[in-house]
Amino acid sequence: MIAQLRTAERQLALILSGLVAFAGLVMAAVGRGDPMGAQGWIVALCAGLVVIFLLRGLDGPEPVEDRATAYYDDPTRVGILISLAWAVVAMSTGVWVASQLAWPDLRFDGAWSSFGRIRPAHTSGVIFGFGGNALIATSFHVMQRTSRARLAGQVSPWFVLFGFNLFCIVAASGYLMGITQSKEYAEPEWYADIWLVIVWVTYFTLYIRTLARRNEPHIYVANWYYMAFILVMAILHIVNNLAIPASFAGAKSYSAFSGVQDAMIQWWYGHNAVAFFLTAGFLGMLYYFLPKRAERPIYSYRLSILSFWGIVFFYIWVGSHHLHYTALPQWVQTLGMTFSIMLLIPSWASAGNALMTLNGAWHKVRDDATLRFMMVAAVFYGLSTFEGSFMAVRAVNSLSHYTDWTVGHVHSGAMGWVAMITFGSIYAVVPLLWRKESMYSWKLVEWHFWLALAGTVIYVFAMWNSGIIQGLMWRTYTDSGTLAYSFTDSLVAMHPYYVARAVGGGLFVAGAVLCAFNVLMTIRRVPDRVPEYDHPTSSEAGEPAVPAGE
Amino acid sequence: MELTHAFTSAIAKSFGLFYLIALSIGVTVYAFWPSLGKRFDKAAKSILDDEDGPCR
Repeated sequence: MIAQLRTAERQLALILSGLVAFAGLVMAAVGRGDPMGAQGWIVALCAGLVVIFLLRGLDGPEPVEDRATAYYDDPTRVGILISLAWAVVAMSTGVWVASQLAWPDLRFDGAWSSFGRIRPAHTSGVIFGFGGNALIATSFHVMQRTSRARLAGQVSPWFVLFGFNLFCIVAASGYLMGITQSKEYAEPEWYADIWLVIVWVTYFTLYIRTLARRNEPHIYVANWYYMAFILVMAILHIVNNLAIPASFAGAKSYSAFSGVQDAMIQWWYGHNAVAFFLTAGFLGMLYYFLPKRAERPIYSYRLSILSFWGIVFFYIWVGSHHLHYTALPQWVQTLGMTFSIMLLIPSWASAGNALMTLNGAWHKVRDDATLRFMMVAAVFYGLSTFEGSFMAVRAVNSLSHYTDWTVGHVHSGAMGWVAMITFGSIYAVVPLLWRKESMYSWKLVEWHFWLALAGTVIYVFAMWNSGIIQGLMWRTYTDSGTLAYSFTDSLVAMHPYYVARAVGGGLFVAGAVLCAFNVLMTIRRVPDRVPEYDHPTSSEAGEPAVPAGE
Repeated sequence: MELTHAFTSAIAKSFGLFYLIALSIGVTVYAFWPSLGKRFDKAAKSILDDEDGPCR
């Protein structure tokens, strides 16, 4: 990692991480007596570890080869490994959260381990930790290759990657301490939000600068999706987190908006986090890795352009479908509902485009679990976008809202679509990045595929059953006009489904653990790929100057 | 000028409707413009072989 940096770049990295460590100490000093003080120590510790790591490598030899002849893959490699670590931790937390609903004693009487604190740790850990790192890592990979240009920076990719992970760590540890601004997917408080803005603007700048160096005149569609993901997330994050801190010495802040405006802005953010974080970025993965793995160009490039702009135009309006039957004006609710239904067109265009690309390559889907991950992801993308459009209809929403159906819908998207395409992309990219012949074990990839698919199906079916039963129990009246069931009655009825859900989630985590193991063993055990042509070797390669036998 | 509910909803119901339709037509025309076909085909195939490093 450090061996690839010149001395001046190492010094810059040292200064940056030193500044972050200093900021952490200031937070700890100013915020003592408040949970923010503890967060400051966490920041100082994380940045301090980076400083120590940099100091150890500061005096090492500089890279001798011309770095501009190769893609810069180190940040991608590290990003993939961090993403897998988050996957194992955050998905396991998810199983724990799910088990708490079936067996409440699993809280073990701790305040930090209560449902309300570890649930956001699970959601943020999976969405931002696992998904976000996978997005950053693959965006570096895809952007360089589709542009035929090296990343426009040596230090900034590391700043983006480690800065983003610092945000994730501060967020997750804050939830366990009880720090939250109570906004779905935007729980972290003001100091973490400001830090994320700095990181994200650096990310966007890096992306645009790399794009400016491109040698391909046309910007490939996957890049458009990644670009939409980065740009729109910046806008959403900044607007939704406009808040006034109660004091600069404490974590608590108050939203700049109030009442129904606050709710509308939160769900404008919340649904577009689904749209631009959990969809646009992963469609970038789909449009790059699926054609590449199938060794066939995308079925219709024109359709991919149309669905890109369709998604961008439509998605931004649908947030209000989260607020049906609330104080929000009726026409705004109807607007959200209508756009949600229209959204089906670009969504199915993408899903159909992906599946049509596989036409003529179905034998590869049968034989290659990696490609099968991507195929199943496209199918689940089609299914969950259909389900989402349907649930956004006000009449359907009156049954589904506040029930486990919503939870099932989110997980059919998150497990079936987002995680499947991510795992498929990881299996496709790991042998390439580490210059290996193949993955360590294709059988483990098969095991992972079937565990993940079984886990997703069990989870989604359990939540469909439980959600619809819940919704029906809550709207069943007796002859005298009172509710037939108490809330506790519906809770008791949920128990078997909550057990099934924990089992489904457990299978999914088991698959993720196999994936992490397989990737580590690929790096350590699989022999390096022999290049087909003569190629320049890097100073790290440790190869003899003269080939053996000469 | 005050940002009232009546004003914002009038904007959404008039301008909001037409600019989205205009954008949709624009994108559709671009995506299906016949002479761009070659460029799109080239782009679609460009990713299949891109591991040989950046061009300079």
